[in-house]
Amino acid sequence: MPKAYEINFIKISPRFRGPWTLLKKEMLRFWRVGFQTVAAPVITALLYLLIFSHVLAGHVQVYQDVPYTAFLIPGLIMMSVLQNAFANSSSSLIQSKVMGNLIFVLLTPLTHFEFFFAFLCAAIIRGLVVGLCIYLVAMWVVDLHVIHPWMIIAFALLGSALLGTFGIIAGIWADRFDQMAVFQNFIIMPLSFLSGVFYSIHSLPPFWQKISQINPFFYMIDGFRYGFFGQGDISPWISLSIVGTSFLVLAMITLKMLKSGYKLRA
Amino acid sequence: MIPAIKINDIHKYFGGLHALKGIDLTIEQGEFFALLGPNGAGKSTLISILAGLIKPSAGNVSVMGFDVVNQYQQARQLLGIVPQELVFDPFFNVREMLRFQAGYFGRGPENDDWVDEILEGLGLADKAHTNMRKLSGGMKRRALIAQALAHKPPVIVLDEPTAGVDVELRQMLWEFIKKLNRDGHTIILTTHYLEEAETLCSRVGMMKQGEIVALDSTANLLNKFAAKKLCLTLGEVALPAKIKGMLRSQEKGVFTFALTDMTQIELVLSALRTANIKVIDMQLNEADLEDVFLSLVGQQ
Repeated sequence: MPKAYEINFIKISPRFRGPWTLLKKEMLRFWRVGFQTVAAPVITALLYLLIFSHVLAGHVQVYQDVPYTAFLIPGLIMMSVLQNAFANSSSSLIQSKVMGNLIFVLLTPLTHFEFFFAFLCAAIIRGLVVGLCIYLVAMWVVDLHVIHPWMIIAFALLGSALLGTFGIIAGIWADRFDQMAVFQNFIIMPLSFLSGVFYSIHSLPPFWQKISQINPFFYMIDGFRYGFFGQGDISPWISLSIVGTSFLVLAMITLKMLKSGYKLRA
Repeated sequence: MIPAIKINDIHKYFGGLHALKGIDLTIEQGEFFALLGPNGAGKSTLISILAGLIKPSAGNVSVMGFDVVNQYQQARQLLGIVPQELVFDPFFNVREMLRFQAGYFGRGPENDDWVDEILEGLGLADKAHTNMRKLSGGMKRRALIAQALAHKPPVIVLDEPTAGVDVELRQMLWEFIKKLNRDGHTIILTTHYLEEAETLCSRVGMMKQGEIVALDSTANLLNKFAAKKLCLTLGEVALPAKIKGMLRSQEKGVFTFALTDMTQIELVLSALRTANIKVIDMQLNEADLEDVFLSLVGQQ
């Protein structure tokens, strides 16, 4: 495991050392337990891939010329990116709150924006690292085309930023681990499973198609998948603007919470 | 010279509870100041306001001239606070935590010599690479103090730093803090150990129910409130009303009187003689801060 002072290869101006240190600490935090924070979600995603592709390949054809296994992979990657971005900021905050060590950060001159920036970037990085690992393994299983790489990058960045921000909100709001589990089990899990990771929403009855369209995860998964195949359930530009706007709105809410000291400063 | 801490008419309400009722307090640079008071007096609330963890309902606080709300970045840069709770981050070792803590304040590798000095001074040098989780309670307490000092703050606040700490560590800790004070750091301390405040601090503030009830140099407080303690063994007797007011405590026939000056000895003895009460044994002791504390805080 790397030591904190061995990753000082980037020269940082004293002005930015505060937020950079917090980001570095947050990255080391998940890297120290990489087995749980990176390896485990990669294994989970690969198990989904193994089982669903084994059961459904040959039975389900979503897009023309795209085998089901190939269709499945971008959705699984994006689902893992989103879940892990959320898990990183939310679990770091709830742990620090329950352990009481968040006080070490609250006593510093870090501004609310710097606090947000550090937790957000760490969440994005964890999401992308997990996503990249799944991609690298999946490459051996199936031949994946990449038609619009910038779309893939844009959706991965914005999606992980959106969920990382949502994780900060959850981490600030929750006081106990069981309250955090409510977020995980009643919001994140249903939204990610009902987002079209395993199917196209066009295969659903009209009512459920409508329901799916109010699920933000649907737009992130569909747009991300568009980057690979050049086709999706909906225009990627609409998805991109919905995801971008949602991120901006949540970021404003989070910054407002942090600035007012909601639940952190009495 | 700008005061290290200036507290101006601070009020804090928690719902209907008026926790701080207009605190005014100025602590000069270089002072070694003790804030005393029973649980619930408002000491920790006051320190949390200073730290920016709690917002005051009214009034303002500044650190070296910087307001803790409007200029919080400058104020916190100058302040090192040792929290009362024994908290730690289980992911990192002692040296990593100190580097992080200094880094949050904008300090980089140039700060490493100071980190070594703290580790040395607090007897943590051989634990530098030990994970925080694996430290004993006393060692965790030292690490907590080290973290507050990592950015070399000119004003240091220790909230009950010796709670649950053994005698040896307490000695070591105070030697180090005294050295910091000699080097020009302002030290503010809350403690339950009154003898600590008495030997270390030049000035003392005592709080009771959200108010400061005494604020003076340690010597003056001792003189003003109780110069001497007179312990008389009298047996089971009823004291004459005349001297009941001076009685501080009474246990198994031993009566302790607080005297503000020596002429009062004669007053006590003559009253006893008049009442025909025989003195079995007599002791005259120097008063300590505990007596001052009890006379101000302990009696409702």
